[in-house]
Amino acid sequence: MFSKKTMEVFRNPKHVGFIKDADGIGRVGNPSCGDIMWVYIKVKQKNGKEILEDVKVKTFGCVAAIATASTVGEIAIGKALDKAIAITEKDIAKKLGGLPKEKMHCSTLSKKGLKAAIEDYRNKKEKAD
Amino acid sequence: MKLLKSTTKNTAVNAGDVTNNTGNYTMTKRVYLDHAATTPLDKRVLKVMEPYFSEKFGNAASTHFFGEEAEEAVEKAREDIAKAINAKPGEIYFTSGGTESDNLALAGIMRTGKKCEQLVTSNIEHHAIIRTADSLKKEGFETKFLSVNKKGFIQIEDVEKALKKKTRLVSVMHANNEIGTIQPIKEIGEACHKKETLFHSDAVQTVGKEKIDVEKMNIDMLSASAHKFYGPKGVGFLFKREEIKIEPLMFGGSHEKGLRPSTSNTPGIVGMAKALKIGIIEMDEENAREKKMRDRLVKESLEIKNSWINGGFPKIAGCAPLGFDFVEGQSMLLMLSDKGIAASTGSACNSEGLLPSHVLTALGLPRVKCHGSLRFTLGRENTDTDIDYVLEVLPPIVKKLREISPLRGK
Repeated sequence: MFSKKTMEVFRNPKHVGFIKDADGIGRVGNPSCGDIMWVYIKVKQKNGKEILEDVKVKTFGCVAAIATASTVGEIAIGKALDKAIAITEKDIAKKLGGLPKEKMHCSTLSKKGLKAAIEDYRNKKEKAD
Repeated sequence: MKLLKSTTKNTAVNAGDVTNNTGNYTMTKRVYLDHAATTPLDKRVLKVMEPYFSEKFGNAASTHFFGEEAEEAVEKAREDIAKAINAKPGEIYFTSGGTESDNLALAGIMRTGKKCEQLVTSNIEHHAIIRTADSLKKEGFETKFLSVNKKGFIQIEDVEKALKKKTRLVSVMHANNEIGTIQPIKEIGEACHKKETLFHSDAVQTVGKEKIDVEKMNIDMLSASAHKFYGPKGVGFLFKREEIKIEPLMFGGSHEKGLRPSTSNTPGIVGMAKALKIGIIEMDEENAREKKMRDRLVKESLEIKNSWINGGFPKIAGCAPLGFDFVEGQSMLLMLSDKGIAASTGSACNSEGLLPSHVLTALGLPRVKCHGSLRFTLGRENTDTDIDYVLEVLPPIVKKLREISPLRGK
C-alpha cells in the first residue's frame, strides 16, 4: 500500500512532536473524526528574510499522516516563509515516492497545517507591530 | 523464537529483529495474534490431505476406481462434519468458504420467494451477509438490519418485533469476528420458529471452536469456513435442513445435488473434516487455555490509561478487542508488526473506504475511538511467553504514538 520511503519516514519521523516556544501554531483538521494535525514553527531572520528555522508536527494519525507530517517539516525547514507557504500536497507526496490516492488528504492536511502556522505567525507579528 | 536465515538487509520486515554477531542470521520473533482472520493449517490436517493432491487425485464424480476413492473420502468427510454439528450427511453442502456459504444461504432462500418478502439480519454481520442483503434489496426484496446494544448483543425482543408475516429469513451470526460477542442463537432460532420463519447463522468464527448442535440451537442453515479452525483455505460448508428448498448461485454439473456445481475439492474437504474433528476433541481444554491467556492480556493491557475493551461477554475464548484513546490503529499495527506481532484494527485509516468498522460504530463508539481499536485474537500456537512479549512491547508503542498526538490530554 505504501512506498518504501513512506514506511521509512513513518518508522523514523524526524519532524513530529512540538516546539515549546513556537512562533506560530497551525491547528487543522476535524478532531471528531481524528483527521487532525498541529503544526508548530520557529522563524528566524536571515539576510533580511524570514526563514523557517524549525517545524514540528503533532498528529493523531495513521502511517500516511505521520509520514506527511514529518515530510512537510523536512521540505519547509530552511525555506523563506513565502516559499514554504507555497508547498503543495503534491510536493509532499512526491518526496515520499507517491501516496495512495485515498491517503492524499493526509498530505493536504500537512500542507494546510503549515500554511495555518505561517498565517498564525504573521497575525501575531502584525498585532505586535 | 525461531532462527531464520536472513536473506535481505534492512527490509521492512526485519526492522524490529535482533541480528546476532555474525549478521548472517536474524532472530525473528513472530507472534501471530490474528486468528479471527485466519489460522495456520494444523500439521495433522495437512497429513490427511496430502494423498488427495497427486496420489488419490480422482474426480469424485468419475465412475472408476480413481473417482470412487475420492468420492468415498468426500462422503466420509460429509458424515463426519454432519455428526460434529448434529446434522444429517445429506444436509451438508461443500462450498469454497464462508462468503460463498453466506451468499448461497441468503440469496438461495430469498430467490425461492416473492419479491415483497423480507430478510432480517443484524448491523454487526460480516460483509458477506451485509452486502448480500444489500444486493437482494436491489433485486427488490425487503431487508431489515437489527441494531445491537452497546455490549454488542442482539435483543430477543427486537427479533420478535421484527418478525412479520413477510419475513422469509432471519440471519444472525453466532459470534462476531471483531468483538467476539456470542449471540443468543438458540433463543433467536426459537423466536423465528414460533413464527415459522427460517433461521440462518453465520458460524464462521465458532465452528470448531464452540459447541454447535443445529437441533438444540434451532438453526435451519449454517455457514462455516475451514481456514478459521486450522483447516485449509478455499473450502467451507453450508448446512441446510433437508426440507428447505433453495436456489443455486452457480450452474453446471450435478455436484452437491446440483446446488453447488463444481468438481469437489477433495483434499480441502478431507482436511476440513479432520480439522473439525480435532477442534471438537480439543475444544474444552484449548478454550480454557486461550481464555486464561486472553484474560491476562486484557487485564494487563487495560492498565494502560485511557483504554477499553470492545463489546461485552460471552465472547469467543481467544478474542481481545481493545481500544486506546488518542492513537490510531494502523500505526499501532505496523509498529507491532515491526516487533513481530500480528494483530488487527477497525480504524478507518486501515480500511479501503476510509470508514471505521461498521461493527464498532454499531456499538455506538464515536469515530475517533474506532480509530484507536486494536484486536488480538489468540489461537492454538500461542503461549504465555507470547502474551508476556505483547505486554512488554505494546505500552511503549501506545506511549510513543501518544507523544506525537495532538489529542492527548484533551
